[in-house]
Amino acid sequence: MVKKAIQIDEKDNVATTTGEVDAGEALEVISPDGGVILRPRVSEPIPFGHKLAIKPIKKGENIVKYGEVIGVATQPIEAGAWVNTHNVGSARMPTSGKEAGIL
Amino acid sequence: MTQFMGYQRPDKTVGVRNHLLVLAPIDCSFEPAKKIAAQVDGAVAVTQYHGCGSDPVIVSNLVGTALNPNVAAVLVLGLGCETLTVDTVADGVRPSGKPVETLVLQQEGGTLKTQEKALRILQRWAQEVAEYRPEPFPVSKLTLAVECGGSDATSGLAANPAVGVACDKLIDEGGTVIFSEPQEMIGTQHILARRAVNERVAADVYRMIDEDEARLKARGIDSRWMSAGNIDGGLTTIEEKSLGAIRKGGTRPIQGVLQNNWDRFDRPTKPGLWLQDGTGWDVPSVTHMVAAGAQVVCFTSGQGSTTGHAIAPVIKITGNPVTYQQMEDNMDINAGTILDGSESLNSVGQRIYQTIIDTANGKKTKAEALGYRDYIVFCRNRAAEHLLGHC
Repeated sequence: MVKKAIQIDEKDNVATTTGEVDAGEALEVISPDGGVILRPRVSEPIPFGHKLAIKPIKKGENIVKYGEVIGVATQPIEAGAWVNTHNVGSARMPTSGKEAGIL
Repeated sequence: MTQFMGYQRPDKTVGVRNHLLVLAPIDCSFEPAKKIAAQVDGAVAVTQYHGCGSDPVIVSNLVGTALNPNVAAVLVLGLGCETLTVDTVADGVRPSGKPVETLVLQQEGGTLKTQEKALRILQRWAQEVAEYRPEPFPVSKLTLAVECGGSDATSGLAANPAVGVACDKLIDEGGTVIFSEPQEMIGTQHILARRAVNERVAADVYRMIDEDEARLKARGIDSRWMSAGNIDGGLTTIEEKSLGAIRKGGTRPIQGVLQNNWDRFDRPTKPGLWLQDGTGWDVPSVTHMVAAGAQVVCFTSGQGSTTGHAIAPVIKITGNPVTYQQMEDNMDINAGTILDGSESLNSVGQRIYQTIIDTANGKKTKAEALGYRDYIVFCRNRAAEHLLGHC
C-alpha cells in the first residue's frame, strides 16, 4: 500500500506522515475528506509522525497545521520536503529542544 | 437537528442514564456506602478523599455530581461527626426536585440498621426508575466532555482531530462541549483567546493558562519546554504540541471558561464550546466535567486506557491501530483507520458523533459493560493557590 500523509485542516500547508517514508518513495497526501490532494516527490527520508510541506513555503512564511500557525519557516521549503526544527522556528516562544531533566 | 433518547428530571435537565447515587461526603462512610450500593441494581457509590472539612470546592463537586442528570436519585450516607455533613450535600441537591434522602451511621446505630433503611430506599428507587421510559430530546440538551490521556504520536494526528470533528458537529446541531487540561493549552493562549466570544472570555482564557503555568513554575517545571523526544517524534514547536491536544475540542468559538474555586462553581449557561479551569489528571478531570453537567464523555488515548466513570458513559477512542488491536477490550473506537487512508478524518469524526448519540440512547461503552466506576474529586491546594496569589 502507498504510504500516506494526512492534512488535518484544509488550511494547512504541511501534512503529517503515518509511517516512515524513504527518499523517492511514493506518498499520497490525504485531505480531511479523504481525497488524494498531492503525490509529492519525496527528496529525503521523513520519519513517522513528522511533517512535510505540501506547497512551496518561502522563508519567513507561516507554517500552518490544525488551521493555525505553528511556526515560521527559517529557510525556503520545497513541496515534499521534511519540516521540523531545522527549517522552522516558533513564531511565539523559543523552543529549547533540550531535556529539562525534571517531571 | 439530531435527537437523542433521555430521561427528563424535575429541573428540566435530561439524563442518559438512571443511576442511583450513594454519596459518602467523606471516605469515613464509604465502605458501608459501597457495600450498600453493590446490592442494588443501578446503584453506585462515590466519595472524596480530601478530608473532613467542608471545603466549598469539594462540596460543589459532590453536589455537581448529584445534580448531573444521569443521576435519578441520591442517597447521602454520612458517618455523623464530619464537618461536611449529609445535609450540606443534600441541601445543594434538593432545589433540583430530584429524590434525595440522607442517612447517618452514628444516628442510626451502626452499619446494619443503616443498611436496612438504605436498602429499602434504594430498592424502591430501583423499581421506580425501571419504569421510566426515555423520550426524544434535541441535542441542545446534551453536554459532551472531552479528555485525553496516554497520548502518543497518533493522538494529535488522528484521534484528537477526529473527536474535534464530532465536537464541531455536536455544537453545530445545538449541543454543548467542555474540555479542560489547561496545562496542555500552554503555547496556544493566543489561538484560544482569538476564538473567545468576547474580550472578557479572552481574558479568562489567558488567566486560566497563565495560572496553570505559574503552578508548574512553582514546582520547578518549565512548561514551554519541548523535549528532544517531542522533536524526534515530529513536534516542532510548543504551539504544535498543544494544538494537537486542544483540537479534540474542535474549532468552534469559546463561550466561556468554567471556574471552580472557593467562590463559585460554573456550569455552561448556553450551548457551544466551553473550557474548564481544571486539571490534566484524567479521572479527576472527567469527574470535574461531569460535575459541571456533562452526560457523555469522549476520551482519546494513543497508548490505551481503561477509564470509565461512576455516572457517565466514557467512549474511548484511539488513533493507534496497534493499540486498538491490543486493547480492544477497553477501546470503543478505532480512529487508526485514518493512518492507512482507509477512512477519512471527517468520516471517522462522523462515526464518533454517531457513537455519542448511540451511547446517549443507551448503548453501553466497554468501560460501562465492565462495571468501571472511576471517580476522583479534583481540588487544588488552597494554601498554594493563596501563595501564588490566585485566591
